[in-house]
Amino acid sequence: MGSFLLVTIQVDLYDRLALNLETDLIRMVSETDARGVLIDISAVGLVDSFMGRILNNIATMSRIMDAETVVVGMQPAVAITLVELGLTLAGVHTALNVERGMELLHKRLGSDVREGGRFYGNSE
Amino acid sequence: MSGKGGGFMVTLSKDIIEITREQDVVTLRNRVKELAVKIGMSLLGQTKLITAASELVRNMLRYAGGGKVTLEVVLRDKVTGVQLTFADEGPGIADIRLAMQDGYSTGKSLGLGLPGTKRLVNEFSIQSEVGKGTTITVIRWKNGL
Ligand SMILES: Nc1ncnc2c1ncn2[C@@H]1O[C@H](COP(=O)(O)OP(=O)(O)O)[C@@H](O)[C@H]1O
Ligand SMILES: [Mg+2]
Repeated sequence: MGSFLLVTIQVDLYDRLALNLETDLIRMVSETDARGVLIDISAVGLVDSFMGRILNNIATMSRIMDAETVVVGMQPAVAITLVELGLTLAGVHTALNVERGMELLHKRLGSDVREGGRFYGNSE
Repeated sequence: MSGKGGGFMVTLSKDIIEITREQDVVTLRNRVKELAVKIGMSLLGQTKLITAASELVRNMLRYAGGGKVTLEVVLRDKVTGVQLTFADEGPGIADIRLAMQDGYSTGKSLGLGLPGTKRLVNEFSIQSEVGKGTTITVIRWKNGL
């Protein structure tokens, strides 16, 4: 039986914290055997190419460990800006909110997933 | 200050931030946001400008070890905007045309910072000299598309 991790990013991250998030999360995916990673960025006001790359890395690493990544709650202005910047979140699923993200995970992984842990990316 | 298109440009406020370390990226973003909000820019406009600023300040730190950003509220033809000037004394860019292409990077990253920034602002100009440094100026107008 698989589990999923819910990560809530509460503020715009400093670079080092963003990199920490990447390594911590990948470690947690392997430790908890998570099958899914939900990253809630509804409180994040911008995603630049650095942050976008980190999201892509998390998705790629998670996939290698057999887990799916869903980014939830991206603000419309952030989504439009990302497109104009030229960044595509490859291999990252997106969903409107956490509930929808869970539905997506259940659909993709079967219904045998449960919440495995919460992890808060905080910068201050 | 003189401007393009026949009109002239007036600086309404001016502020300089020194960029020496990673935390300055966050300070700069916050200051840019404040100015954009102050002139009544839309949320989308603010987001585009802050993202552009974030890309340029990262480049400044990464490739030139820091520099100075001048933040100005400007007025031209009765329209206000935020003008940001990123000046560094780093190695400069040998081939600007190449650096402006999507996907070109000497830093093994995505190569979207410069071309992406150009798409996110209304005006973009870049000057660079090898061995001397790089200066990039961008403007987003209050009602810019
Ligand atoms: N301030 C700068 N000083 C020197 N070189 C720069 C500067 N900004 C950008 N560059 C050069 O331009 C290239 C493209 O920059 P950018 O589009 O932001 O992509 P990336 O940062 O992902 O490489 C960089 O790889 C670097 O070689
Ligand atoms: Mg860059």
